[in-house]
Amino acid sequence: MYDIIIIGAGVSGAGIARELSRYQAKICVIEKEEDVCCGTSKANSAIVHAGYDAAPGSLKAKLNVRGNQMMENLSKELDFAFQRNGSLVICRDEEELPALQTLYERGLTNKVSGLCIWNREEALAMEPNLTDDVCAALYAPTAGIVCPFELNIALAENAYMNGVEFKFDTTVKEIKKREEGYELHTDKGVFRAKYVVNAAGVYADEMHNMVSERKIHITPRRGDYCLLDKSAGSHVKRTIFALPGRLGKGILVTPTVHGNLLIGPTAMDVEDKEGVNTTREGLEQVLDKAGLNVKNLPMRQVITSFAGLRAHEDGDDFIIEEVEDAKGFIDCAGIESPGIASCPAIGEMVAQMIRDKMGLQEKKDFIPTRKGILKPDTLSREERNALIQKNPAYGSIVCRCEMITEGEIMDAIRRPLGAKSLDGIKRRTRAGMGRCQSGFCSPRVMEILAGERKISTFDVTKCGGESQIVVGNNKDIL
Amino acid sequence: MNKYDIVIIGGGPAGLAAAISAKKNGIDRVLILERDKELGGILNQCIHNGFGLHTFQEELTGPEYAERFISQVKELDIDYKLNTMVMEIDREKKVTAMNREDGLFDVQAKAVILAMGCRERARGALNIPGFRPAGIYSAGTAQRLVNMEGYMPGREVVILGSGDIGLIMARRMTLEGAKVKVAAELMPYSGGLKRNIVQCLDDYGIPLKLSHTVIDIKGKERVEGVTLAEVDGKGKPIPGTEEFYSCDTLLLSVGLIPENEISGNMGVEMNPVTSGPKVNESFETNIKGVFACGNVLHVHDLVDFVSQEAAAAGKNAAAYVKKEHTEDGAGREISLIPAEGVRYTVPSTVNAARMDEKLTVRFRVGNVYKNCYVSVYFGEERVIHRKRQVMAPGEMEEVNLSRAQILQYPNLENITVKVEEDETNGSKESDLH
Repeated sequence: MYDIIIIGAGVSGAGIARELSRYQAKICVIEKEEDVCCGTSKANSAIVHAGYDAAPGSLKAKLNVRGNQMMENLSKELDFAFQRNGSLVICRDEEELPALQTLYERGLTNKVSGLCIWNREEALAMEPNLTDDVCAALYAPTAGIVCPFELNIALAENAYMNGVEFKFDTTVKEIKKREEGYELHTDKGVFRAKYVVNAAGVYADEMHNMVSERKIHITPRRGDYCLLDKSAGSHVKRTIFALPGRLGKGILVTPTVHGNLLIGPTAMDVEDKEGVNTTREGLEQVLDKAGLNVKNLPMRQVITSFAGLRAHEDGDDFIIEEVEDAKGFIDCAGIESPGIASCPAIGEMVAQMIRDKMGLQEKKDFIPTRKGILKPDTLSREERNALIQKNPAYGSIVCRCEMITEGEIMDAIRRPLGAKSLDGIKRRTRAGMGRCQSGFCSPRVMEILAGERKISTFDVTKCGGESQIVVGNNKDIL
Repeated sequence: MNKYDIVIIGGGPAGLAAAISAKKNGIDRVLILERDKELGGILNQCIHNGFGLHTFQEELTGPEYAERFISQVKELDIDYKLNTMVMEIDREKKVTAMNREDGLFDVQAKAVILAMGCRERARGALNIPGFRPAGIYSAGTAQRLVNMEGYMPGREVVILGSGDIGLIMARRMTLEGAKVKVAAELMPYSGGLKRNIVQCLDDYGIPLKLSHTVIDIKGKERVEGVTLAEVDGKGKPIPGTEEFYSCDTLLLSVGLIPENEISGNMGVEMNPVTSGPKVNESFETNIKGVFACGNVLHVHDLVDFVSQEAAAAGKNAAAYVKKEHTEDGAGREISLIPAEGVRYTVPSTVNAARMDEKLTVRFRVGNVYKNCYVSVYFGEERVIHRKRQVMAPGEMEEVNLSRAQILQYPNLENITVKVEEDETNGSKESDLH
């Protein structure tokens, strides 16, 4: 019997696990995919929003602002990439100036610091590639960008270091209330826990509805994105948003922490909770609308496109509470934007809630820090050469687009909760994430993965399950 | 710091031919830096034949063709380092590279020859919608898996694009036991060589659907199928023409891009049409003493021409090192201007004071032309008017300029290369582009 089981290893689940790992408790995270960061957390805008957007008094507003404040310190403790690059909301129509003003005032109510409205000249001076139609812009200096993979992986690794267990490839089929706690029936057997945290992303309604008569409903809301080459990465410095209008939040243009340019997302409600397929209409919309606020976008530099699903709950706010008719079952549902920004605060809130209910004691030996994968390009030449001398794998470039060495890939596989697939390596090291999109490095990465994990090349997958890269030997069916 | 007269970036066909030529032209200190574990570059995975018809009047396989050059490199005692990645080159031609044994190290060169080759365009560049499962490979990646490692990437294959590697892989996958169902090409004409269409598709009964593209990819873990549709004159899918093909593999052969990140970072000026450096008649870039050849300069169809071009670059780099070149300022820099159907030319400028008696200008056309002329104008005057029965974007064209002829025009500023239609029956096959 676990004290606590957390369903889902996205940023919410991992954030909660990390905060709970401060306390003396037996904790397990159950994840249906082969790795952390495989659902909503892996495909989003990666924006640490400032917090002016959410309705005052909502959980979204409160946790966004708090999470934003916590992010910088967390990025230092857990060694993931975070930059406070600031954001701009662009107003292109004099008639919409009141709406911009409203957003500004909402920001003040939400206690977002540093907000100001720039006029056309100020905006263009700071961001020369803004549209010539800009008439004013809301500047939020506290907004930032993060690597969502690193954030999620860092939280999970730190939780693991502090004793949290992780069960991957494990799907919860049924949840039963028992005398004490809950029984989780999965495809890998039955797990019992006194407390259950539901951080199941787009599936959080299904988990909740298994234990409660007060049903919730989550709509997967798909967003298509295009990612541009690093040569386009400095087209804008800040994250550029459209003024939220009748047509929704619109398409943003942002640099990423790794120096690419990201544009998107669309917003399309879909039925399929695994429906992360891009569509022609969606991608066309991204390419058309991105140009409204930013001019001269180098669209020929697109290196990949992808889609993610937001977990939109009908009530339009995060649901983070103990379920009224299911004591000991804590929802963490409807975590859509600003979920990335909020995750540190979500972790803190849920952990404190459970600590108080269970009377948990703090650990003496909690390890608050974690070191990420060593990035040789951050070292001086002397340090780098010393490293190569000690471990020659750091002298061997495997991914020539992102300049990732064999040493980094081996680290990604060997470390706690290490990579098991090409995508796992990609999200941990960026190998395969560059302009050739793994064309050159994938055969080599497969070889390293098979060697390190002592598996057959035929069992190497792109992302677990049935996603094998090669299916047999030449001529084997002739 | 290590010092070399000429450092060559890349040990593929271009780098090998450039090195041999530089050495034969009297340069002793030549170094090839190669990122892979052996010399030969992409030829090593091109196990089909057809290489060397122009150079050796024989049909060789890729590895055999490479071996002829590698053995010369060894005989000539040219230095090379394998498994060595060039990280950057500065404008003073200091080359920074890295490998397991030496770590990060610098080599000072008097001249640099860029010969890094090209990479394949990926799915993202085309914005092909759908899921992102395993089973989507660029044709070259699949070629490596099959020809070098012996692995089958899949059993039932659809190919998008009709570039030569895709065509070659259609045949290879068939021979290895896969079923290649169809090749689709967005354009109304093939991007590959005619001989490859015949020998790799027609001979195996694989249909080529021109003016078709992939509009959806099905399958969450592994590819389960793709939907093809016909496209209109603007490349937009035509509703009602969708056709689903079940398959476990989608190969992409949708174009090659010269790999010029190092060149761009060092300040080499690029031609946006080729994505390769702009060069003069000596294959020299805007940075004196930095030369480029092979697929890093512009993407070739035939390795023979890569070798020819690289040999010229090696010879010119040798002349530069030996300071044989005419003083700066001698002669006129004449611009080569592509016009009317000609997309680009290599080189971009020519100076008669530096050129050999004959200069081969290579170019591609932007459409299929039948019974047309390749014309060259010196200023307003047409000096070459050569009949071509068929010209297509998939086949590189060339014209030869003579030094003697250029010298007859002392005030010449521009040389224009264009496609001209026959006054009576010339025709352009389509208006797409």
